[in-house]
Amino acid sequence: MATSSIELALNRLRETRAWRSIFRRGPARTNRTRSLAIFGNIFLHLMPVKVREQSLRVRATYYLGSFSFLLFLLLTVTGILLMLYYHPAVPQAYLDMKDLRFVASNGVFLRNLHRVGAHAMVIAVFWHMFHVFYRGGYRPPHEFNWVVGVVLMLLTLFLSYTGYLLPWDQLAFWAITVGTNIISAEPVLGHDVRFLLLGGNLVGENALLRFYVLHCVILPLVAGMFIAIHFWRIQKDGGLTLRENHEREGHERQD
Amino acid sequence: MSDKTNYEAGFGSNALKDPQRVVFITPKTSAKVKGDAGKRVMSYPNLLLREAIALEVLVIALVILSLFWDAPLEQLANPLLTPNPAKAPWYFLGLQELLHYFPPVVAGILIPTLVILALVVIPYFNVNIKGEPFWAANRTRRFLIFLVILAALLVFLGIFEAWTVIVPTVAVAFLVFVSYFAPAGGPRSAEFLRTRPISWWVMTWFIAVAVTLTVVGTFFRGPGWSWVSPWR
Repeated sequence: MATSSIELALNRLRETRAWRSIFRRGPARTNRTRSLAIFGNIFLHLMPVKVREQSLRVRATYYLGSFSFLLFLLLTVTGILLMLYYHPAVPQAYLDMKDLRFVASNGVFLRNLHRVGAHAMVIAVFWHMFHVFYRGGYRPPHEFNWVVGVVLMLLTLFLSYTGYLLPWDQLAFWAITVGTNIISAEPVLGHDVRFLLLGGNLVGENALLRFYVLHCVILPLVAGMFIAIHFWRIQKDGGLTLRENHEREGHERQD
Repeated sequence: MSDKTNYEAGFGSNALKDPQRVVFITPKTSAKVKGDAGKRVMSYPNLLLREAIALEVLVIALVILSLFWDAPLEQLANPLLTPNPAKAPWYFLGLQELLHYFPPVVAGILIPTLVILALVVIPYFNVNIKGEPFWAANRTRRFLIFLVILAALLVFLGIFEAWTVIVPTVAVAFLVFVSYFAPAGGPRSAEFLRTRPISWWVMTWFIAVAVTLTVVGTFFRGPGWSWVSPWR
């Protein structure tokens, strides 16, 4: 088991009283302590203690749901770092973009990472949804989790869309103008919804502030809650859907 | 305690003499309990390790992309200077392409609302839960219904001259024809198409249209929403 001195030191550390007081368990060497590692941890307890070996295969999920969630985490980290350089005001928002490019160390890289991650998340979420559909993952007892997934897809789009305005350049301004004009095509409440979203009749300072608050506070919080429900429901609904012919193939191979 | 509430079956009970009903088996259902599929392993470390690998792969890929692909930054926003074309973010360009053909209420409100509603209600249609092939029963009748719907759809799209919807629709319809005329036990691809359920066809058609519209809207539309080549 423990061969190198680093492993020995780590194992010693795991035996200490301080470690035990934080993680509520010693080293995860037995199945009991491995179970405790999952349900004794506030973040991991949303996951099942045991998973089917087949649903761990790359071809079962391509880890698309994992990638979507990891992208959400990555975007939270890069987003918070970007917030340190950003003022949601006209025209300071645009000047901050220039500062990111020419003044802040690795500012361009940080912004690139956030932008590439955002595009990747939209793609990952859609791919995840279509893949789940083709595998029949929406079938009972997973009906409601599919609906939660649709909500998360919409939240992803809103998150991406609200972030699109924040650089306050021509691209951002006109993309939001085009998009919000579509809302006002809605016959009854269209104009009111658009007014509420923009804080006015045009994309201006109020719209920037509202999109900033939506992008950085409201939507991530709501998305975080729905992600928690989504994960928890996978566990409660009995794990991922397995394709029946896959199961048979698996059994045949074992025989 | 009376004898009737005593469900304990053993040497002392009279279960053989007075059988009690303990389970209903309704017609056309199986009493067989579906066995658990496959071996289970501990999430810690099996799942967590794989998640960690996924994170590392993801970060490496994104870092490489971010090093070589700069985020665009145009001039300061100017409400008086409209670019031509003014484009929404790429994932809404499919809708913008639809707006080119249909009135705003249809393309901007009706179609997205219907798509979202359709996505939400998918799991609550317990039709064909086993995923029987589309042509498994009533072959001729279903084919006729399919032809009528296809014709109506093409006429509707033709009236609006929505070519970028018509092309993927015709492509998927062609595959439906292949699946209908494919004999059993043909080549693997034909056999795959032949055994698809109707839900597969509807979703595939939706994805084909959505991808076509998005790609066209992103790369092939220029000033006044006219056709341009992305390579020029």
